[in-house]
Parts: sequence; C-alpha cells; structure tokens
Amino acid sequence: MLHHCDLCHIDLDRISVRRGGQTLLQDVSMHIHCGQLTVLIGQNGAGKTTLIKALLGQLPHSGTIRHVDSRGLDIPHLRTGYVPQVLQFDRAMPLTVEDYLAAALSKRPVWTGVGRKTRARVAQALADVDAAELAPRPLGRCSGGELQRVLLALALVPAPDLLVLDEPVSGIDRNGLKMFLETLMDLRATRHMALLLVSHDLRFVREYADHVVLLEKNVLSQGTPGEVFASPEFAAVFGSGEEEEDA
Amino acid sequence: MAQLLEAYQFTFMKNALVAVLLVTPMLGLLGTMAVNHQMAFFSDALGHSALTGIGLGIVLGLRSDLLAMLVFGVVWAVMICLIKQSGSASTDTIISVFSSTSVAAGLLILARGGQFAKYSSLLIGDILAVTPADLVVLSVALAVTVLVWILLYNPLLLTSVDPFLARSRGIRTRLVECAFVVLVAVAVMLSIRWVGVMLINALLILPAAAGRNLARSSRQHAVWSVAIALFSGVVGLTASYWLDTSAGATIVLVSALLYALSLFLRSVRK
Repeated sequence: MLHHCDLCHIDLDRISVRRGGQTLLQDVSMHIHCGQLTVLIGQNGAGKTTLIKALLGQLPHSGTIRHVDSRGLDIPHLRTGYVPQVLQFDRAMPLTVEDYLAAALSKRPVWTGVGRKTRARVAQALADVDAAELAPRPLGRCSGGELQRVLLALALVPAPDLLVLDEPVSGIDRNGLKMFLETLMDLRATRHMALLLVSHDLRFVREYADHVVLLEKNVLSQGTPGEVFASPEFAAVFGSGEEEEDA
Repeated sequence: MAQLLEAYQFTFMKNALVAVLLVTPMLGLLGTMAVNHQMAFFSDALGHSALTGIGLGIVLGLRSDLLAMLVFGVVWAVMICLIKQSGSASTDTIISVFSSTSVAAGLLILARGGQFAKYSSLLIGDILAVTPADLVVLSVALAVTVLVWILLYNPLLLTSVDPFLARSRGIRTRLVECAFVVLVAVAVMLSIRWVGVMLINALLILPAAAGRNLARSSRQHAVWSVAIALFSGVVGLTASYWLDTSAGATIVLVSALLYALSLFLRSVRK
C-alpha cells in the first residue's frame, strides 16, 4: 500500500529564467522527492509560479530538470499533473464535469456524447478524489472546493510522476479545505508520485509539508518546516512571529 | 401543409432548401464553440472581410470570387489569431481595427466608378440562386467541417476552459485555436454568397446562443444548436416564399425569435 521511495526524485539543477531583460529565477536547485509533499513558499513575485511554469515545460529556462530513479539513473520521461489556483472560465458554458474530464481522457469528441469506457474512467477518476457525485453537474455550478477536486481528478489521470498544485487551497470554504487536504495526504501515502505545492498558508505548511523551499528568485532556505521557519532568511522575508498568521 | 409545400415545386426552391439543409447545420455546429470561445465579434468581422477578398480578387485579376474570398478570409483570420496570441492589445480592439480596415478596403475597390450595385447582392445574399454545382461544394464543405470538428473539438474545449491547463496536458493551444479560426473562415466564406455579409454572423451565433440557454452538456448544446439552425432555415425559407421577403433575413428573424424563446425558457427553468 505504501510506496515511499525517497530516492526516486526530480532533480532541478541551476534553473534560471530570464524574460524581457529581467531575471525571474536565478540558479534554483532543489530535489522533489517521491512520496513527499514539497511546498514552495515566498512572497508575491518571488518566482513560485515561474518555477512551476518551467517545471511544466511552459517557459524557456536554463539549467536541467531530471527525473532520477532510486539508482541515480535518468528516467526519460517526467509525467506531470497540474492543478491551477483557480479556473477562470465562462460559467454559463453548457459543459458537465463528465464532459470536461472526458474531453481530456478520450479522443471521441464530447459533442457526440461520452462512450461507456470513458464514462467508467471518468467515474473512477472522480471517485478517487471523493467526487463521484459531481459527474453530471455543470462545471459552472461547482463550488470552489468541488472545482478543485475535479481539477485534482483530472491531474491524476494519467497517473503523474509529479503533481504540481498552485495554491489550490485559496478560496475554498473550511469543509472543502479539510476534505481536499485529506485527499492530498492520502495521495502522498498511497501513490507513487512527488507532490509540489505552492502555498501562502504557513500554518498549513508547518502542519503538512515534508520539505519546504523558501524562494526569492533563488532558494533562500530549504529543509524541514522546522528548519526553514527557524532560519534567519525566513525571518527576513516574513518577519518573526508571522508564521502564526496566514501570510 | 400541402399548400405550404407548394413552394417547393420550383427547382430554385428545392436547391435553396438543400443549401439551407447544408449551411445551417454547419454553422450551427461551429457556432457552439464560437459562442463558448467568445468569438461573436470575430466572426462578424470575418464576414465583412469577404468584401475585401472579392475586391482584392478583382485587383489581382482572379476569375473566381469564391477563391479570392477563401484565400483572403483564411489569411485574415490567421493574422488576427497570431496578433491576438501575441497579446499586444486587447482582442476586441484588434478585431475592430481589422474589421473596419477590411470593410473600407473592400468598399474602396468595389465601389470604384459607382460599380457597387453589381456587388450589393453580396450584402444580403441570394440563396435562391444556388445551383447544383454550388450544392456539391457545400456538401463537401459540410463533410470536411464535421471531420475537422471531430478532431478539433476536445482540444478546443479544454483550451476554452483554461489554456494553461490545456497546454500542461500537451495540447498545442495556439495551433488548435488557429485551426478553428481557419475552419470558421472557410465555412463563412463558402456560405456568404447565399446568406449575405450582413446576416452570416447571425446564423453562426444565434442558434448556438439559443442552444446554450437550453443545454446543460456539450452534446445537448450541439443538438439544440443544429436543431434550431435547421428549423430556422427551413421555416424561414418557406415563410420567405409566401411573404415574398428576403430568405436570409427571414431565416435570421426566425432564429432571433427562437433565441428570445430560449431566454424565456431559461428564466422559467431557473
């Protein structure tokens, strides 16, 4: 059941991003381990979203991103799943949750309907994140928390090596948040994947993260939550004592 | 009923009916995504560019108006798409600039020496002038549209919900958007002689907009949109014969009535 394999990891080596004469990221090096929740923290403009875009292959960068197995050998392909912060879309669009997932999982155009096999795959993907009942609902009528579960279900099919979540817990009510975090923790324990999450919620980071990376264009500090929160760099960025508040 | 069908004893009406049965579902189907992708203004401007296409065809000495419109429409659509994707100005500004420029250029060429009357039928269309050869072209267009639509729909749907998320799943969103725009351009240019520059956009947008008010899923949207387009087409064409009105305008008015009805039904359902 448990797939901890701390040696299998994604190795970021001196990742730099420059755009329009500006340096957005400078020599970022870090490991994202399988079976661990790695959390990126930092102030707005620190380069967290830029790093995510680079990881997802959406932004030109220098440096290398390698997917390395437990023997230190390269795994040729890094499959990523991505959960955005919010989905800004036309909520009046006639589109059910099942349509949306089926469009991603099947080649059959969803305007001709959803086939039996695809319907079963969609149902399974939703059931995996405790959202089976959402399949027939129009996407535009899902709450923030429900939408995040749908996006999580989508990101998990096909099973990724690295699941990237960009502040997925903002704008969700308390109940939705609790359910979402429980699902994430369950994924960490049972799936063979690395989780990378951007968060501003320092209480959440302290409670759940295995590894924390404090970013400010480059890596200021990284380690366990205790190590990073006690570092002078953390105090310089967030001020001492601010960890008690949601930053 | 028999009296109503009397209109179709004439060959020109039979041809027109077949043209309606080909053009309206094609535009109804493409319209669903044009509406979801918020491209109503774009397709309106695209229709206007047909004038420039014909004008340029005359200047360049092309024999076929249709070829001139097709080539210009596709080039024009790709240009808008590329400029839009470069993010240099807001989309509606870009489209407005392109639209007004193309209308002005088209009118400048076509109205030289007071010749515009020759082309005025292009503005309101003339579906009663469809020939069997035109019907063959429209049949091929419908078949190609459906085929491309099958390949393009899912990636386009994911792109219209969230382009970044779609890209993260390996979809080439820019290519998909441009391919869609080209498909709309081809469908519009092939239909414009029969429906008219002034009305083509209504046929693309109204049935899909009405369908959107009634549908909950992608499939329902396609079914409603095509059904409303076909119904408007057949009822509008038949009514135009008896009322002695412009076929294109009558079809569009029927669509507009159905749109109003769909708005009412949506408000009742809420």
